[in-house]
Amino acid sequence: MKHILSALVLNKPGVLAHVAGMFAARAFNIDSLAVGRTDDPSLSRITIVVIGDDRVVEQVRKQLAKIVAVVKVQDFIGQDVVARDLMLIGVTCVPEKRPEMMALIEMFNGKVVDIAQKYVMVEIAGPESKIEAFIDTCRPYGIKSMVRTGTVAMARRARSKTEL
Amino acid sequence: MSQSLTNAQSATVHKPGSQVMVDMLLEHNVDTMFGYLGGVVLPFFDKLYDAPINFIIPRHEQGGCHMADAYARATGKVGVVVATSGPGATNLTTGLATAMMDSTPLVAISGQVRTDLIGNDAFQEADTTGITRPITKHNVIVKNPNELAQAFREAFYIAQTGRPGPVLIDVPVDMQIAQCPIPPKEKIELPGFRVRHQGHARQIGTAVKAINEAKRPVLYVGGGVIISGAGQALRDFAKKANIPVTMTLMALGAYDQTRPESLDMLGMHGSAYANYAVQNCDLLISVGARFDDRVTGALTNFAPHARVVHIDLDPSSISKNVNVDIPVVGDARQVLEAMANEVEYRPRKDWFEQIASWKARHPFQYDRQTDVIKPQSVIEELHRQTGGEALICTGVGQHQMWAAQFYKYHRPRQFITSGGLGTMGFGLPAAIGAKLACPDQTVIDIDGDSSFNMTLTELSTAVMYELPIKVCLLNNGFMGMVRQWQELFYGRRYSKSSLKNPDFARLAEAFGAVGISVHKKEQVPAAIEQMLSETRPVVADFHVDPEENVWPMVPAGKSLHEMDGLDIFEMA
Repeated sequence: MKHILSALVLNKPGVLAHVAGMFAARAFNIDSLAVGRTDDPSLSRITIVVIGDDRVVEQVRKQLAKIVAVVKVQDFIGQDVVARDLMLIGVTCVPEKRPEMMALIEMFNGKVVDIAQKYVMVEIAGPESKIEAFIDTCRPYGIKSMVRTGTVAMARRARSKTEL
Repeated sequence: MSQSLTNAQSATVHKPGSQVMVDMLLEHNVDTMFGYLGGVVLPFFDKLYDAPINFIIPRHEQGGCHMADAYARATGKVGVVVATSGPGATNLTTGLATAMMDSTPLVAISGQVRTDLIGNDAFQEADTTGITRPITKHNVIVKNPNELAQAFREAFYIAQTGRPGPVLIDVPVDMQIAQCPIPPKEKIELPGFRVRHQGHARQIGTAVKAINEAKRPVLYVGGGVIISGAGQALRDFAKKANIPVTMTLMALGAYDQTRPESLDMLGMHGSAYANYAVQNCDLLISVGARFDDRVTGALTNFAPHARVVHIDLDPSSISKNVNVDIPVVGDARQVLEAMANEVEYRPRKDWFEQIASWKARHPFQYDRQTDVIKPQSVIEELHRQTGGEALICTGVGQHQMWAAQFYKYHRPRQFITSGGLGTMGFGLPAAIGAKLACPDQTVIDIDGDSSFNMTLTELSTAVMYELPIKVCLLNNGFMGMVRQWQELFYGRRYSKSSLKNPDFARLAEAFGAVGISVHKKEQVPAAIEQMLSETRPVVADFHVDPEENVWPMVPAGKSLHEMDGLDIFEMA
């Protein structure tokens, strides 16, 4: 089962190493990890995707919370969340293929961010499944290089009755 | 600038960092500390020259760290150790990991190269915070003079709050020289560090209901009971609810072992009666224990008929190894006291009769008729002559298990041993730390020859500071526990498990301590009498049966009731 954990941590040196080291030391597998500052410059948020049964992930959550520099940990399992990955992907694209490629990019809500004689670089964000689908779509054209962030996620606010 | 800020600044004193470090130690009532000199801690040591702190120099940083650890275990106070950068800091690591596994409150201070040299592979530079991160509860490198004082205050707070552990502060030498502020002391607020001391009332209620309903309950208590000062609370609770108590290695002394309700130690080398009780109980009440593999044996068949109540301060201990039915997160003492108020007495006659019959049938036993010195007999004699009152430290191995089986402890902090990490060489420095903490007690290191070999250089420390500790050496010429496993599981192929030892008695004399060699069974009582009466440090070297084994034994991977060696014990 895939769990998305969101940890609010102190924005201090060594905290990411501590978190990553704890995963390695306790033989927990990280599927993806994304870190960034929050609106409060003293805090960062680490979003970690972990695959494991509920008991393993519960232990991961507790071990994370035990780290002094970790302020708060949430497991989004069972919650309605918005989860997004961001990818930059460089694809071979000869001039005659450009219209076809542009149509694909539009279909995926992507954006061309660099272009050369036989190449486009595309920025695309979305749920992991959409990113995977776009990679598969690009494969026949020839993927030059790609880079993606780990998943970031946020829970939706519970809707009020009137909204429903 | 606001008025209050101006006031706060004017109230702030500035001093050289080295003096701030000393001031912070004094602010936290440190009167004894341990450590070794080196280049980048010279400013700090210069300020220690005039400080009212009893400073003990070990012969190796590892020894210093174990001394501070045992000092903390014997007193409940925070142990303090200092080492220089690079090799000084790496020598601390075994001691830090030992303290981490056994939840000892320690503050370790390491020197570090100048901040502008960090990362340049400078002389005696090591990434100390990186190296020690997984073996400390918390660590920090101070790179800003404004953060030095607070780093110390937080270190002492974190080390002793909640589940205790070692905290390391890495202090670059330029921070020791720089002018550093000492802000007025305020309550420490760490957003990521909250401890729940009181158990949840509903969970306590559920636990009490299960306890009142239980026909065959067992209290399984760990080191957390000693750490939280719950010895009396445990006795009161066990008495009121009328429940037998078994202890982990770390908890020996938490419950008076001379009481009939004591099941003594459980686990791999625990008593048969404790292991049978756990395997047959209908309710297992775990307090401050963590279901270590040496305690549980095969997890799939551990306490198979029992519901499990687990009381622990550390939420990550709960349901880590064994699925817990009724978790209570909280301090052992507070939760036991709360439960004692609500729990009801039950006679449980059948259960206690069953336990008494197991106890009568399977006491700890060994061959008392043989002519050689049996190591167990030395400990029994030691127990007899000390009246069960000595503070015992150990190394790790067979002698440690015999010390757990054959000395009967009756008070918390009476038995100091490396349980979690299993650090050979812990015994001698631990005895030194414990003697400094408890100068009025008889402190004995029950040690094995291989363990003792690892840190025996600290004899020199005991002699220098005139600490009359007693090393009771059970010398079998082997790494005994390893040899036992080779005998049982590797067809008696004793691969690399024997050593050529020095003459330990003569070595002790060379150190300026007293040395006693004992080769004959009939010499044992007189040798122990002499050992106990000496006013200098003593090493009594008992040449014991080289191939004696620790029984009973639950082989790795077996269930607790599947003990080997019980037939040796069958009472005729």
